[in-house]
Amino acid sequence: MSQTETQYRNGPDVRGMFGAFGGRYVAETLMPLILDLNREYEIAKQDPAFLKELAYFQRDYVGRPSPLYFAERLTEHCGGAKIYLKREELNHTGAHKINNCIGQILLARRMGKKRIIAETGAGMHGVATATVAARFGLECVIYMGTTDIERQQANVFRMKLLGATVIPVVAGTGTLKDAMNEALRDWVTNVDSTFYLIGTVAGPHPYPAMVRDFQAVIGKETREQMQAQEGRLPDSLVACIGGGSNAMGLFHPFLDDTSVRIIGVEAAGHGIETGKHAASLNGGVPGVLHGNRTFLLQDNDGQIIDAHSISAGLDYPGIGPEHAWLHDIGRVEYTSVTDDEALTAFHQCCRLEGIIPALETAHALAEVFKRAPTLPKDHLMVVNLSGRGDKDMQTVMHHMDLSKQEKH
Amino acid sequence: MSRLQTRFADLKEQNRAALVTFITAGDPAYDTSLAILKGLPKAGADVIELGMPFTDPMADGPAIQLANIRALDAKQNLAKTLQMVREFRVEDTTTPLVLMGYYNPIHNYGVERFIAEARESGVDGLIVVDLPPEHNNELCDPAQEAGLDFIRLTTPTTDDNRLPTVLNGSSGFVYYVSVAGVTGAGAATIEHVKEAVTRLRRHTDLPISIGFGIRTPDQAAAIARVAEGVVVGSALIDQIANAQSADQAVSGVLKLCAELSEGVRKARVS
Ligand SMILES: Cc1ncc(COP(=O)(O)O)c(C=O)c1O
Repeated sequence: MSQTETQYRNGPDVRGMFGAFGGRYVAETLMPLILDLNREYEIAKQDPAFLKELAYFQRDYVGRPSPLYFAERLTEHCGGAKIYLKREELNHTGAHKINNCIGQILLARRMGKKRIIAETGAGMHGVATATVAARFGLECVIYMGTTDIERQQANVFRMKLLGATVIPVVAGTGTLKDAMNEALRDWVTNVDSTFYLIGTVAGPHPYPAMVRDFQAVIGKETREQMQAQEGRLPDSLVACIGGGSNAMGLFHPFLDDTSVRIIGVEAAGHGIETGKHAASLNGGVPGVLHGNRTFLLQDNDGQIIDAHSISAGLDYPGIGPEHAWLHDIGRVEYTSVTDDEALTAFHQCCRLEGIIPALETAHALAEVFKRAPTLPKDHLMVVNLSGRGDKDMQTVMHHMDLSKQEKH
Repeated sequence: MSRLQTRFADLKEQNRAALVTFITAGDPAYDTSLAILKGLPKAGADVIELGMPFTDPMADGPAIQLANIRALDAKQNLAKTLQMVREFRVEDTTTPLVLMGYYNPIHNYGVERFIAEARESGVDGLIVVDLPPEHNNELCDPAQEAGLDFIRLTTPTTDDNRLPTVLNGSSGFVYYVSVAGVTGAGAATIEHVKEAVTRLRRHTDLPISIGFGIRTPDQAAAIARVAEGVVVGSALIDQIANAQSADQAVSGVLKLCAELSEGVRKARVS
């Protein structure tokens, strides 16, 4: 199929809709800003100077391309599919988040904005934002829930080192959703000076499409690298889903290749049946939050339910609208993995490959441990290794202590 | 004529502005909130905005966020909010009542069912903060077809190019949010408000109500001299937050409402 013939990659429409999902559900104060951003982005993405600058920073600052690494020991252990890891954890700041941050900060600069705000859950997006803000000499304010501040202290310190102001958000459960509410409140208050650098493929149009475009470098590289290494396309792709940016970045360039099986992994927390989870597609219904229509965890009155996941970066009651659409039409399969399964996969990846993955990423790996053994040896599987786990030491230590106590 | 049209026409005749009061339905609990609602017209409220609680009120400051939490903790939901309106309408058939909130609880309730029940219970209009005109077809159009007014927020960022888009499909009145920010934040200068009203006038004949940051009778009076409506929310809600008892919450809100009303009534006389 040629690049112009596409069944799955022509969204969103002018209203920002992917099928019934997406849109621009924001307060009027923000509408002109979002339209303005859309206009600027449409121009920038066609501007060779912008693309050249973006490519330069991706290469020399972020460290792209990231390797597509054949995980030999993981493959042997599973005894089935041939497993490749797309090494996004090797990027500057240790996750895929910076791919998007570099793109948006160049846009912010182009628009003459002086102040950058962002929400963060695990702190990886906050760190990546603080990093690019420092690089371009812009003021940076990060909103982070108090629960997340508690469990990701190393990242809070990193943001401060980078010169950002971290504002604790106590509302709700003090997690990502609450941080996003507070960032939106900041934005309606500081409309002239401020650029809101959203960290995932969610929010009002054009964010879901724009963040996807900046992250799609992951999938584009993977295509080329797989061609070079195996001379063909992969057979399956696996990625974890918080808001869905690392997954969309890997998936999008492959959507029209119907031979490629695509699997997104949501966080099942304690198990979907317990109600304590973060699996919006597997355990939610459509609704409207944070500027878009998508699947949301909500009660019978349309009140948003707090998500739960061991991983702060997946602890969000919504999901990017393009994923909601891909789920609806069945192009992508969305499964879920519990806290315990993710922890087990985390340890196995450490021991087998000498790579400490982020707890978010460990959800994708857990799915690989389930699937790979059942697949033939010539099945090529790519996992997005979205981030490294340095930030999660405290959480993992805590859980190892708990399970020791349980054994005694 | 709709209740909103009648009310604004009457007030124009009397040469005074409307006092528009906002409270959150079910804050701090159903019965107290209903007692406040029933008392507002006698305390001088000309138009009532009743907030539909939501877990994630993105455009609201701390005071209204807490009001939402109190109401939700007391198990308020959309069905009960509509029930409150029915109970209010038993005694009061003339004061216009507008429901205000966010889209998700309505989306979840079902738009058609919501519109039908809102009509039947005596609601006059809707303000849905996160439904810009770009999504008119979802709720604004069917609501208006069913005879509910759809009131739009306009803001300092809504420029002349955009105003026609926002006003297209507006009815009842136009709500001007006088500061870019969340509810309960600082107030705009009277010069800014005057300018904004002049600008809006060029685009609409609908009554213009000004809100955000208005807390005192003097502020209300100043706005009442330049616009058709003065909206007060957070200051009333603070009375509920600070009350030691349900009775105090009721009397605190109604007392402040009466003072604000006096400010509005005297504004254009002197
Ligand atoms: C390493 C890592 N992976 C995944 C995620 C989830 O976000 P997304 O679904 O947008 O990729 C995060 C978020 O913080 C992260 O830090």
